[in-house]
This record gives sequence, structure tokens and C-alpha cells, in this order.
Amino acid sequence: MSITSVRATRALGIATLAAVAATVALGLWVTPPDVVQGDLVRLIYVHPPVAWVAYLAFAVTALASVLYLWPRTRSLAWDRLAGASAEIGVVFTALTLVTGSIWGRPAWGVWWTWDARLTTTALLLVLYLGYLALRRVGGELETRAKRSAIAALVAVVDVPIVHLSVVWWRTLHQSATVLTPSLQPTVHGSMAWTMLLGFCAFTLVYAWLLVHRYRLETLEERLETEGLSLALAERRAEAAEGVLVSPDDADVVIDEPVASR
Amino acid sequence: MWRDALLVAGKDLRVELRSRVATNQVAPFALVVLVLFAFALDPSRGVLTRATAGLFWVAVLLCSLLAVQRSFAMEAADSARDGLRLSGLDPAGIFLGKAAAVVVQLLVLEALLAAGIVVLYGSHLHGALLLLGSTSTATVGLAAAGTVYGVLAAGLRVRETLLPLLLLPVVAPVLLGATRAWEAALSGTPADGNAWLQLLGVFAVIYVTVGVIAFGPLLEDG
Repeated sequence: MSITSVRATRALGIATLAAVAATVALGLWVTPPDVVQGDLVRLIYVHPPVAWVAYLAFAVTALASVLYLWPRTRSLAWDRLAGASAEIGVVFTALTLVTGSIWGRPAWGVWWTWDARLTTTALLLVLYLGYLALRRVGGELETRAKRSAIAALVAVVDVPIVHLSVVWWRTLHQSATVLTPSLQPTVHGSMAWTMLLGFCAFTLVYAWLLVHRYRLETLEERLETEGLSLALAERRAEAAEGVLVSPDDADVVIDEPVASR
Repeated sequence: MWRDALLVAGKDLRVELRSRVATNQVAPFALVVLVLFAFALDPSRGVLTRATAGLFWVAVLLCSLLAVQRSFAMEAADSARDGLRLSGLDPAGIFLGKAAAVVVQLLVLEALLAAGIVVLYGSHLHGALLLLGSTSTATVGLAAAGTVYGVLAAGLRVRETLLPLLLLPVVAPVLLGATRAWEAALSGTPADGNAWLQLLGVFAVIYVTVGVIAFGPLLEDG
């Protein structure tokens, strides 16, 4: 039985759909437009949660990479998890940049500005695009796993350095609204609840995508490692069934089923 | 470890001296980049003088790619990599040696580039102490990160395209810090550059450490 057909996974899928639908309904119809920003404020139900998922995904990648590199917990499962999570992280980082840009154009008057937060996020995207490119190179699974785990850790070490260095530069992006240093949210009422719901919904989306991406990765690996042996076993079974094969014309007979498919 | 490092660095530099790739190809390439910036930006020198620090470091970054590429192309030929693994040298020593060789080459190149920007862009090199400090620290960081990624990509068929994609984003802090430190030095206010010098130091320490730890496993993989 695969993890995607387990009842818990189905429940996760249903919960995800429900949460996203509720966020859409609350975000588009129930919550009021903002006094200053009007309908533009509705993006805060999407943009911060999407950014959060991107961070979460890269944190999971880093953690899984550490667990792969640590001899006691070494397992290719961690490598699969790291790869799957990084892929989702890249998608969500791109979404963060896009939704931020959509918000920035009317609010700041520009699509893009070289602000600390934006620059760091853009760099995060490029760093992990490189990581994904490295994963695509192929080769033996263990080699690839070790190589990409080290690359993931090198990348994740770079993020705080860049973040600090660009924070000293100049800053335009607003500071945190919900997780303020004094833990006193500056968002109120239905908007705050919708935002919280948005965070839950997108986290669920992440979990759901991760489960499915992980399974796909497992299947691909099995195809790669067992595909040939399965095919060989099939051939042998066919050969054993009837046709008596003499060593000389073995190729001809064995090739036939391939041609007829 | 240090003895091994010296051996490897000496070997790399000797190969470089004899093959003359650095002097005949990389150094001219650096000058071409400088001239291209001049074509692209401004014939009247105003913009060039103001952007000197950034242009210098972008040129260094591009050349460091070539240096790293070259440093591992040497090991790819005649299964030199297997030789290196069988030599019994400490992997950390090999890492330090290869990185040191890249540092030496880049420092020579940077001296050449500095002369180039003085002549071509009409910049004046103020704050020599900060310039020297930030340049050497930045170069160590650049070479360390480059060597980690160099060995990571070395065994792969797509290394020529993969290395820039992996390395350039990671060394972004070096570009940022070194450019700011240089700007501070060139504008005659070296005190502003100290924070950036520290950032470069942190980067260098982190990536030298990462390299010392990770080089062994990565070399085994090849």
C-alpha cells in the first residue's frame, strides 16, 4: 500500500481543500477592504503564508540533509524528502516574489526594489534552483544524495549571511506584523483570523504536496533501480515458458517481445 | 595537514606556471572584461570611476570561476583524481592546498586588475590598508567556496554550466561586502568599511571550515 492511498493522507487532502476554500471565501468576501489600501490588503492572506511555506520547505530540506549526512540516521528516504521539499520551496519562493511584486506595484509604485527582504528572497530562489539542477545531474543514488546534502547545507549557511549583509544595506519592506517582537499583533478582527487561516491552509498544501512528491520520487527511484531487473525477470519468465532457446539465436528470440510491444 | 596543503598548493602553482594558462588566458580575459565594462557604461569616465568597486569585484568573480574550473580540470585528466585519493594525503590538506593555490592566482590577477582600473577608469586607490585587508579576506572566502563547489561539480558531465549556477549565488555576500569595503576605501572613509571587512571574515571562516569538513567525502564520490 502506498502512502498516498492511506486514509490519513486522504483526510489531509480533504482538510487542505476545505482550508483553502475557507481562506478564499473569508479573504474575498467576508473580510472588509482596508482603510488605506482598499482591496489590495487581501494579498496579505496569501503573500505571508506563501513566504512562510518557502522558509519551512527549505528548513525541512536542511534538516533532512543533516539527517542523511549523520551516519546513524543515513537513509535515502531523507534524501528524497530533502529533494521533494526543496522543489516545493522553489515553487513557493517564486510565488512569494510574484505575489509580492503584484502588491508592490500599486503600493510602492515599483514592481521590484533592491530591498533587503526582496534581495534575500531572490537569492534564495537562485540558490535552490542551483540545488535542484545539481540533483538532476543523475549518477548513483548514494553519490547524488551525499553531494546534494552537502550542497543544501552550504546553501542554507549562506542565507543568514546574505540576510544580515543586506539588512545593513537599506530596508523598505515592512517589518513583521503578526510576529512582532512584543508579540502584539497589529492586525485585528476578521483579518487576523483570515490571515491565521491562510497560514494553516498553505501549510496543509505544503504537507499534501510533500507527501505526493515524495511518493513520486520513490517511484522514480524504483523505476531506475529495479526497472532493469524487473524487465530481465520478465524476459526470463517468458523464455522459461515455452520457447527453447539455443545460445546462438538467443538475442533474436528474446528481442521479439520488445518489437511486438 | 599543513605540509600536505603546501605540497598540493606547490604542485598546482607549478602546473600553472608551466602551462601558462593563467598568464596567457585568464589575465587577458580579465582585461577584456574591464574594457567591455568601459564600452557598456561610459566613455567619459564619470560612471566608471563611481562604479569602480563593483566592476572590479564582478570581474574578479568571473575570473574566479575560470580559476576554479581550471583547478579541477587539472585533476580530471589522466585520472589524476584517483592518484590524489591514493596518495594518502589528508583530504583537509588537499582542500587547503587547492584553495591556497587559487588564492595566490587570484591575488596576482587582482593586482593586475587594480592596475587596470587605475589606468583605464582613472580611479585613485585610497585607503590602501582596507583595500589590502578586504581583498585578501574576500579572496580567501571566494577560493574556499569555489574549491568546495569545484570538487562537487568536478565529476559531472555538466560541470561547465553547473559551477556558475551553484557558485555565483553563494558568493554573493563576498561581492556585496568587498564592494562596500572598496567603496569606503576609495571614497576616503575607511572606517565605514570595517563592518564589511568583518562580514568577509565571517564568510571566509565559514567556508574554509565547510571545505575542511566536506572535502574528503566529496573527493571520494568522484
